[in-house]
Amino acid sequence: SRELFVLTYGALVAQLCKDYEKDEDVNTCLDRMGYGIGIRLIEDFLARSAVKKCRSYSETADMIAQVAFKMYLGVTPSVSCSSAAGNEFSLILDKNPLVDFVEELPAERASLCYCNLLCGVIRGALEMVHLSAEVTFLQDKLKGDAVTEIGIVFLKNIEDKKHKRN
Amino acid sequence: MADETLFLLLHGEIVAGLYRAAEQGDGENGRCISKLENMGFRVGQGLIERFTKDTARFKDELDIMKFICKDFWTTVFKKQIDNLRTNHQGIYVLQDNKFRLLTQMSAGKQYLEHAPKYLAFTCGLIRGGLSNLGIKSIVTAEVSTMPACK
Repeated sequence: SRELFVLTYGALVAQLCKDYEKDEDVNTCLDRMGYGIGIRLIEDFLARSAVKKCRSYSETADMIAQVAFKMYLGVTPSVSCSSAAGNEFSLILDKNPLVDFVEELPAERASLCYCNLLCGVIRGALEMVHLSAEVTFLQDKLKGDAVTEIGIVFLKNIEDKKHKRN
Repeated sequence: MADETLFLLLHGEIVAGLYRAAEQGDGENGRCISKLENMGFRVGQGLIERFTKDTARFKDELDIMKFICKDFWTTVFKKQIDNLRTNHQGIYVLQDNKFRLLTQMSAGKQYLEHAPKYLAFTCGLIRGGLSNLGIKSIVTAEVSTMPACK
C-alpha cells in the first residue's frame, strides 16, 4: 500500500539526515537513489500502460503528469509550459502524497528537498527513453510556498533520437 | 499493483545506497544491517498504528502473531505467511515461501549471501509493529533457498 512507501521514504530521509550533515549531500543522495529507481520504473510503467511513443515534449510532460503520477502516486499534477521554445515544463502538485506524514521541515534542515527522490526518478526514467532533462524543484509546499512545483527542462531534440522501444 | 513496484524499487535502492556509502566510508557490514533494521522499525511502528486503529483488542500473543501473519503481511506484501510455527514458549517461526523482496533476485541458491541485507528491513518492520502492540522481541531471518525465508 502507498502508506508503506510513504513511511519508508520518511524513514529513509530521516536516516540520511542522520548520516549526512549537509542538506546538499542529502539532496544529492536522494536524487541519485531516485535516478536508480527511475531507470527501472520506466520499464514497469511502459509495461503497465502500453502507451505509444510520445511525439513531443509537451506530450511527454502530459504523460508523466496524467498517467505516471496517477499510477504510482495517485495524484495528477497540472502541466504548464513555461518557455516559448517548448522544452520547459512545470508540473504543479496541489497534494503531494510523499509528505502526508510530514508537518514541517526542522529548522536546521531548511534547504532539504524532501522530495528530491521524485526529481531523480523523472530524470532516470526520461533518460531510459533517450530524453535527457534537468529536473528540479521550483517551489516546495514544505518550505512555505503555495504549491509544489517540479520543473522539467528537456535538453535534447526528440526528433533526432531513433530508438527501438515500442 | 503499481504501489508495490515503487516500494520494491525504493527498498532495493535503499539497500544499494547504504552499502555504496559504506564502501566509501568506513562502514562495516553490521552497521548497514542495523541501519536498515532501524528504518524498518520506525516504519513498522507507524504502519501498525494505522492498521490497528479500528480493530479490536488482541486476546493474547498468539492472536497478535496471527494478525501479523494474515492482515499485516497481506497489506504489506499482498499475501499471507505460508506457515506459522510456535513452541508456545515465546518463539514463533514465520515462513514465507515466496518472499516478495526476494522473488526478483533468484529462485535457488544464487546470491544467497546477499539475502540478509534485504531481510533486515523486514525484520525491523516486524519488530516495530510488535513493539507498538506492546511486545518486546528479537526478530531474525533465515534464508536457505530463495525466495523462501523464515
